[in-house]
Amino acid sequence: MSPKHSKSNDVNPILTLLYDKTFRSVVYQILVFGGVFLLGWYLVGNTMANLESQNIATGFGFLEREAAFGISESVIAYSPESNYGRALLVGITNTLKVASIGIILATILGTLIGIATVSKNWLLRFIGVTYIETFRNIPVLLQLIFWYAIINRGLPNIRSALSPIEGVYLSNRGLYIPVMADHPAWTWVGAGFIVGIIGAIILRKWSLKRLEATGHIFPHLSVGLGIVVAVPFLVWLVFGAPTEMNVPAIQGFNFQGGARMSPEFTALLLGLTLYTTTYIAEVVRSGIQSVPHGQTEAATSLGLRSTWIMRLIVLPQALRVIIPPLTNQYLNLTKNSSLAVAIGYPDLVSVSNTTMNQTGQAVEGVAIFMTVYLSISLLVSFFMNWYNKRMSLVER
Amino acid sequence: MLKKLTSTSAVAALSLSVLAAGVQAGETVDAVMDKGYIQCGVNTSLAGFSNATGGEWAGLDVDLCRAVAAAMLGDSEAVRFTALTANQRFTALQSGEVDILSRNTTWTLTRDTALGLNFAGVNYYDGQGFMVRKDLGVSSAKELSGAAICVEPGTTTELNLADYFRAQGMEFEPVVIENTSEVTAAFFAGRCDVYTTDASGLASARNVSAENPADYMILPEIISKEPLGPAVRHGDDEFMDIVRWTLNAMIEAEEYGITSENVDDMRDNSSNPGVQRLLGTTPGLGEALGIDEDWAYNIISQVGNYGESYETNVTELLGLERGINALWTDGGLMYAQPVR
Repeated sequence: MSPKHSKSNDVNPILTLLYDKTFRSVVYQILVFGGVFLLGWYLVGNTMANLESQNIATGFGFLEREAAFGISESVIAYSPESNYGRALLVGITNTLKVASIGIILATILGTLIGIATVSKNWLLRFIGVTYIETFRNIPVLLQLIFWYAIINRGLPNIRSALSPIEGVYLSNRGLYIPVMADHPAWTWVGAGFIVGIIGAIILRKWSLKRLEATGHIFPHLSVGLGIVVAVPFLVWLVFGAPTEMNVPAIQGFNFQGGARMSPEFTALLLGLTLYTTTYIAEVVRSGIQSVPHGQTEAATSLGLRSTWIMRLIVLPQALRVIIPPLTNQYLNLTKNSSLAVAIGYPDLVSVSNTTMNQTGQAVEGVAIFMTVYLSISLLVSFFMNWYNKRMSLVER
Repeated sequence: MLKKLTSTSAVAALSLSVLAAGVQAGETVDAVMDKGYIQCGVNTSLAGFSNATGGEWAGLDVDLCRAVAAAMLGDSEAVRFTALTANQRFTALQSGEVDILSRNTTWTLTRDTALGLNFAGVNYYDGQGFMVRKDLGVSSAKELSGAAICVEPGTTTELNLADYFRAQGMEFEPVVIENTSEVTAAFFAGRCDVYTTDASGLASARNVSAENPADYMILPEIISKEPLGPAVRHGDDEFMDIVRWTLNAMIEAEEYGITSENVDDMRDNSSNPGVQRLLGTTPGLGEALGIDEDWAYNIISQVGNYGESYETNVTELLGLERGINALWTDGGLMYAQPVR
C-alpha cells in the first residue's frame, strides 16, 4: 500500500461512520431518548421539590389508609371502613361494569341500525339515518345530563312509583325489579347454562365439519339455542323448580330487596350507548357497502337466500373493514365513561377525585387513573387485534 | 354546566401545572403587588358566602377577598374570582391558580398539613346539619337509616356523614354530585331524602334555591364542628399574615364600633389609642405587615367591619342570626387577636 492510500484510510472511517445509516439512526435515537429522559427527570425533580416546599404529602402510602367516605353503588364489597385502595378498586369495577354493558348494547344496536340504513325499506332507512344524525351531533356530556334530568325530574317520586308490572317499580330512585330468591338450585342452573353453551359450540364445530364432508346443512343455530335453554331448564326441574321471588318492597325511605338500576347508572348507560351506537352503525354501514355489489349478485345467481347472503357472503368480508374502527369506538365508550363524574355515578374518575381531595395527593391520583385507563385501552386493543387477525381473509 | 364540564379536566390539568409552574412560596405578596389584583377562589354558588348575581360577586367569603385587596392594593375591586367546586379547590390553590382560597372551607389537621395549606383564621363557625322535606315525617337525624343522602364530594361533610351513620349503626345511600347547584337541584327533585352540608349551606339552599322554603325543615342535630376560613399556600407566611390580620381587623373594628359609615369620623376624632393604631393615625402596623398604613381604614371604608358583612350577607339573605358567630363580648366565638 502507498502512503497516500493509507492516509485516505485514516480519514475515511470517521466520514464513513458519519454517513453510515445505522450509526446515524442510533445516534439520533440516543439523542432523542436522552432528551426525553432529561426532560422527564427535570419535571419529576421539579415536582418533588415543589411538593416538598409546599409540604404536600407524597407517595402511595395513602392507599392503605381508611377511606371513610361512602360510595353509593359497588360491584365488590365496600364500606367507609375500607381503605383508599379498595375505594379506587370500586371505581375501576364500576367503570368496567358500565363500559362492558355499554359496549355489548352499542354493538347490538349499532349493527341493527347500520343494517337498517342500507335496507331497501324506506321507513327503516329513514329511522336509522334520523337516529344517527340526531344522537351523533349532540355532545355526549349534554346527553348524559339530559337523561339524568329526565330520570330525576320526569319520573315520579318514590312514594308514587310507577309499577307497570306487579313487583317492578320505576321512580326517580331508579328501577327496581324482582329477582329469584336465594336457592342452591340457581348456582347449578348457572353451571347448566355454561354446559349448554359449550355443547352448542361443539355442535357447531361438528355441523360445519359435516357440511364440508357431505354438503348436508344442519340447523346448528336453532338446535344450539335449544341446548342452551334446555340444559339449565332441566337442572332447574331436577332441583324441584324453585319459584320463590325476592320482590322489592318499600321499607322506610327506600325499596328493599330485588335488583336495582340506579338513576346515575341508567343515565350513564343510556347516554353512552345511544351515542356510541351511532358511530358503530356508521362503521357497520360502511363495512357492508365496502363489499362490492357483484358479490351479492353472484350469490343471488347461485340461489342463496338473502339472509344467507348477508351472513355467509357480505358480513364475513365486511368484518375485516369493520373491526379496526370498531375497536376505536369501544375505546371511546370506555374513555367517555369518565364523564360519569358529572352525574354522580361513582366511576374511577369520580372516586379518584374524591380521594385526591381528601388526601391532597393529586399527582398520585392522576397517575393511578391514567395508568388504569391506559391498561383498559391496551387490553381492549389487544383483544380486538387478535380478533381482527382471526377474521381477516386468508390469502391463498 | 360549563363549570361541570371542565371539572374533571381541571383537576387533571391543575395537578399537571404543579409539575411545571413551580410555585414559589412566599412570593405571593410580590406577585399580587405586581399584577395589581388578587385571584380569589370562591364557591361556585352559595348564597350568603359567594354568589354571582347580576355579574357581581357577593357574600361573606367574597367580602374577605375584597378586604384583602383593599388592605394590599387600596382597592376592594382589585379582585378576580375563580369559582371552584369542592373537588377543585385545593389543587387550584396548590398549583397557584388562585392566591387565596376563601370558599367556606373547613380547617382540619390533614388540610393544614398534608395538603400543604395554611389557614389564616376562621370567618364563620359552622356545623353540619341535615335538611329534609317536611312531609317525610322525620324529626331527628337518628330516624334516617336507609335514606338516600345528597352530598358534595371531597368535603368534610362527606366524611362526617359516613362517620355519623357508622357510629349510629345506620345505613345510607350517598348520592354524590360535584356542583353545589346541581346537588341541591337533585335534592329538590326528590332524588334524595336528605341534603347534608354545613348548617349555613342548608339555610342558603332552603331560603334561596327552594321553590317553597316552608316545605323543608332542618333537623336539630348538628353532627360536627366546621370552622370555615380562608387558606393560603404553605410557606407563604408574609401573605398569610396579611390575610389573618385583615380578618382580625374586621372583627376588631366591630368591637371598637367602627363601621363603614363612621370610619372617617373615627379616624379624625377618636381619642382611643387602639382605634388610632388600627386606622393608621398612629403609624406602625402597616409597616409591620409590609403594606400601606391605611390598610385597615381601606378595609372598613370599602368593605365594612365583620358585623356589617355578616348582616348584609348572612342575616338578611339567609335569615341566620349571629349565634356562635357573635363577638366574644356578646358571648360568641369571634375573638380577634389584639391588633397592635
